[in-house]
Amino acid sequence: MNSYLKSKRGSKTDPGQKYKTKHEPLIHITKRTSVSKMAHLGYTLIAIAVALVFCGLLVTAISGIDPIKVYVEMFKGTFGGEVTKLKSYHSVAILLAISLAVTPAFKMKFWNIGAEGQVLMGSLAATYVMLKFGPYLYESMLIALMFAAAILAGMIWGLIPAIFKAIWNTNETLYTLMMNYVATTIVGYFIMVTDKSGHNNLGIINERTQFGWLPRLFGKPYILNIIIIAVVTVIVYIYLKYSKQGYEISVVGESRNTAKYVGINVKKVIIRTMAISGAICGLTGILLVAGTPTPSMNPDLVGGQGFTAILVSWMAKFNPLTMVLVSFLIVFMRDGGAAATDALKIDASIGDVLTGIIIFAIIVCEFCISYKINFRGTKKGENK
Amino acid sequence: MSSNIAIELRNITKRFGSIIANNNVSLSVSKGEILSILGENGSGKTTLMNMISGIYYPDEGSILINGEEVVISSPKDAFKYKIGMIHQHFKLVDVFSATENIVLGNEDKSLANIKTAEAKVTEISSLYGFDIDPKKKVYNMSVSEKQTVEIIKVLYRGADILILDEPTAVLTPQETEKLFSVLRRMRDQGKSIIIITHKLHEVLSLSDKVAVLRKGEYVGTVETVGTNESELTEMMVGKKITLNIERSAVENPVKRLEVKHISCKNREGVQVLNDISFDAYGGEILGIAGIAGSGQRELLESIAGLQHLTEGEILYNNPKTNQQDNLRDKTPLQIRDLGVRLSFVPEDRLGMGLVGNMDIIDNMMLRSYSKGKSLFLERTGPKNLAAKIINDLQVVTPDATTPVRQLSGGNVQKVLVGREISSSPKVLMAAYPVRGLDINSSYLIYNLLNQQKENGTAVIFVGEDLDVLIELCDRILVIGSGSITGVVDARTTTKEEIGLLMTKSKAAGEGV
Amino acid sequence: MIVSFINAVIGYFTVLIYGSTGELLTEKSGNLNLGTPGIMCVGGSFSVLCGYFLRDMAAKGTIRLNAFTAIFLTLLATLIGSLLVTLIYAFLTISLKANQNVTGLAVTTFGTGLSNFIGAWVNSKAESGIMAFPEIADYYKVTLPFANKLGFFGDAFLASGFMTYLSLVIVFVLAFVIRKTRTGLNLRSVGENPATADSAGINVTKYRYLATCIGGMISGLGGLYFLMQYSDGGWNKNAILPFGWLSVAIVIFVVWKPVLGIIGSATFGALYALSNSITTIPPLTQQLFKLFPYIVTVLVLTISSMRKKRELQPPESLGLPYFREER
Repeated sequence: MNSYLKSKRGSKTDPGQKYKTKHEPLIHITKRTSVSKMAHLGYTLIAIAVALVFCGLLVTAISGIDPIKVYVEMFKGTFGGEVTKLKSYHSVAILLAISLAVTPAFKMKFWNIGAEGQVLMGSLAATYVMLKFGPYLYESMLIALMFAAAILAGMIWGLIPAIFKAIWNTNETLYTLMMNYVATTIVGYFIMVTDKSGHNNLGIINERTQFGWLPRLFGKPYILNIIIIAVVTVIVYIYLKYSKQGYEISVVGESRNTAKYVGINVKKVIIRTMAISGAICGLTGILLVAGTPTPSMNPDLVGGQGFTAILVSWMAKFNPLTMVLVSFLIVFMRDGGAAATDALKIDASIGDVLTGIIIFAIIVCEFCISYKINFRGTKKGENK
Repeated sequence: MSSNIAIELRNITKRFGSIIANNNVSLSVSKGEILSILGENGSGKTTLMNMISGIYYPDEGSILINGEEVVISSPKDAFKYKIGMIHQHFKLVDVFSATENIVLGNEDKSLANIKTAEAKVTEISSLYGFDIDPKKKVYNMSVSEKQTVEIIKVLYRGADILILDEPTAVLTPQETEKLFSVLRRMRDQGKSIIIITHKLHEVLSLSDKVAVLRKGEYVGTVETVGTNESELTEMMVGKKITLNIERSAVENPVKRLEVKHISCKNREGVQVLNDISFDAYGGEILGIAGIAGSGQRELLESIAGLQHLTEGEILYNNPKTNQQDNLRDKTPLQIRDLGVRLSFVPEDRLGMGLVGNMDIIDNMMLRSYSKGKSLFLERTGPKNLAAKIINDLQVVTPDATTPVRQLSGGNVQKVLVGREISSSPKVLMAAYPVRGLDINSSYLIYNLLNQQKENGTAVIFVGEDLDVLIELCDRILVIGSGSITGVVDARTTTKEEIGLLMTKSKAAGEGV
Repeated sequence: MIVSFINAVIGYFTVLIYGSTGELLTEKSGNLNLGTPGIMCVGGSFSVLCGYFLRDMAAKGTIRLNAFTAIFLTLLATLIGSLLVTLIYAFLTISLKANQNVTGLAVTTFGTGLSNFIGAWVNSKAESGIMAFPEIADYYKVTLPFANKLGFFGDAFLASGFMTYLSLVIVFVLAFVIRKTRTGLNLRSVGENPATADSAGINVTKYRYLATCIGGMISGLGGLYFLMQYSDGGWNKNAILPFGWLSVAIVIFVVWKPVLGIIGSATFGALYALSNSITTIPPLTQQLFKLFPYIVTVLVLTISSMRKKRELQPPESLGLPYFREER
């Protein structure tokens, strides 16, 4: 004990007496010190479980069906039968691919909400090559050209906002958002120009000749797509965690000042990372068209998954392996909700509602992990 | 006596996570009294004052205003009890005018009477002798103008208890003296004033009582008339300051860095460096003294390749090639590629020198990760380096995979300095390397700098504590508003001489 | 043709001015609400839901359908609906300090789903699968009494119902409040520098909640107007969504100035009308007009980021949560 402390306090107040604060505020929030990874995972799982129970009850409230049955129906509709299972795995893979695409940029705190447009441009490029060069090239050359065109198109679409961000610090959230609509409109324009029938619908591309259709592995559709995306997942994981470029992304994302201080060319990293982001989007774009049993093209092909991908990436804390699980969860909720609607007589859009609820639950959970809520009267800690 | 007490704190404790910022602090201020709160950086002064002004809420203890126990859970409550705080970091909205900032948060509803408010601002300014344009936008203001706005803001609200957090850190002596006369006038009108500072002569010349904090603990309160600098220092640091930094003689100085007539402007186009010239020698510690914000940061950043110069050049005598390399307009990477061994401990440790959310190992890689042709990171070297630094510099941390943000200030600095000297630099620049550090850590840093000097490194040390500058450095370069105002020999100079040079503005920039 | 074009422009203008003004108010407090598209959808869908119950009750005779009940109740339903969804966003971002982009997108996902769900439910009650409430929509379409006596001018510019005029009132009131009142000063300080506002005794949480919730409700009115003016009170899946995103764009386009929002919404409305409502324009040219608003916004975004003028920048703390005890 300090001598000054003793003498001064002893003279004025009784050192043993503890003063209690009057009228504490009702709720008082403080930041928590770090929580272990296991505890973090545990809390998150609890939050998801609670949200699932809530969603089940919600559907029950609307349709009057036993919640267990709701989930059974949802499961049947997604991972039940042989065909639906494969299709759902594919949906998971596509959502995962877009999530992987936005992750490097996201980790750099570059808010690329333009994945929608980047994927669409990739699809468009692939479609164009299929239609234009289908009859004139060997199949292997055609497919190689399609991949190259799609990846390049997605990359360009990602690079445009990146360049402006790098040079003028233009707000990328809003820029990429606008680029989505530019892409949608361009696709609409393309379909109008290409389809002479005036139906604004390309139908099944190269239906008769099957030019440019990606090969079926093991006689089944989707398998190739799933394998490609699995490989991309591993590559992105390694890239972010073990490569120098991945390290640079983390540094730029955490602190621009530090990046400059150690001589990282921030502009270069932004542009390079968005090129990668866009390229993965473009790759997803070709898979979405040519990798399906009925290749077709329309402006709504991506169906808002560019936005969902942001949520997946965030929920998985940028970890590609966790993203696999999160994608499963989201597809289960989204497609399961939709698939169960036939059985339950409710609209397919319930899937989006359920997805929203799950995300809200995780946000609340994240808060509870990072902060501590002190209610009035729960003060602890002694003076000693 | 009790009826005269304006504010009293009893047994205040505040924790941030596992860190105890204030432990069992009790003090009181009477009406018409100036209390200084004295303590080193990081002793918990600001945290304590933030609890009086409602920014933080104490975990334990109570606050009494005029003898009544009160709850101050928000700044609004603080205003209710006529408490006004002038923060060290100004709380002003940049795009607002002076008057808009001053009336911000006041209860009267309409802004239609902005003219009346402006008139009142002018009235208060002339009453206390401030000089301020009520319509001027804050982003066009100088530091002392901003502080003036902050003080008028508090006066405008009719505060009876004023808290000033290190108000003189950014002021010239003339401005400081002006501020003090204003504060004395307020005291004579019966206001209670609490001033946070760590400058002893200010404490003695201004205040009636001095309360001392040390590492969050309340040490005691003494009357100013009955005390002196050495007693206060002893209370503040716990033991008599025997600075006794070991300083070796300069041996075989080698001209390592030649800075010639450099000038640069900041983003707002203000001239921050004006025709600076000096040489730095290997085997010597060159100190840089000056009031905060006189261009120290820009000077170091210019050398490190982080500032664009409008004029001048920076020449590095490369011992490897025996050639002179011009570092002007080179990026840090290009400088490194030239083989220039330059290390830099920046002022902003977690915002620039390190990445707070990365662990110690990953922070070790910051400087070295790009070496080699491999696409992948090599983590073994950094891991060993981290272990070595934790061991050699006694970094207190659970392990090497703890994010550096979770370490205490001193340990963060050890990690940073350890990494910077690990590359055996030829030039080592350190900006305020002991700011916020306890005595032991500070000495560890001084020793490290001295070791570097003995190894023949040219050390450039930017400091704020003149005692340290005088005892640690060999030569001291003094800068004032972006120009060199003098160069002194640290072994023969006095604090007064440096202080005088610091406040001298626009002297002919004399090179060395 | 000019008349119908101008009518269309005013129609889109009104949807957009509600959407963008709401978003602008929200952003002034430092909240970037990307949930606005979802909020507009939900706001709209609640009016349809209310319309369904109104018709039902009117058929049973429990309520008399007149101008007051039709307008008041659907308006109220919209305000409640948009408020509820906005509250989710506000609670998560303000009280729980969640990331605004993530929360906003989640709210849009949730809101789109919820509104489509409500819309589908209402539509499922109709034999044809499409439900509309022209009897309610007609009240919204009542023009100024002298409008049709003014010839071309009246037909072209005054063909809209009260909602258009109300939107202008809201814009000017908002502009006045933001620029000229103490409340506006406080609000701006919260969006610029919440720590400063907090230390000045301004309740940052309260201002953010109020601005976000009122903003959300204003945006929701855009959804209501679209359904009542355009679709005869019938639900149209995902039809409101593009207006939501355009509204977010307009806020940038008008550099956070409410009165400029009128010009912004009119410009975007005109471009949208050129691409959607004028049938004599060849489809390919229409597509180009459709492209235009987005290209223009991108240009404004780029140009304002290139010119670093302080007054043209977004609120300084836009997108950042505020926690007083952050250290």
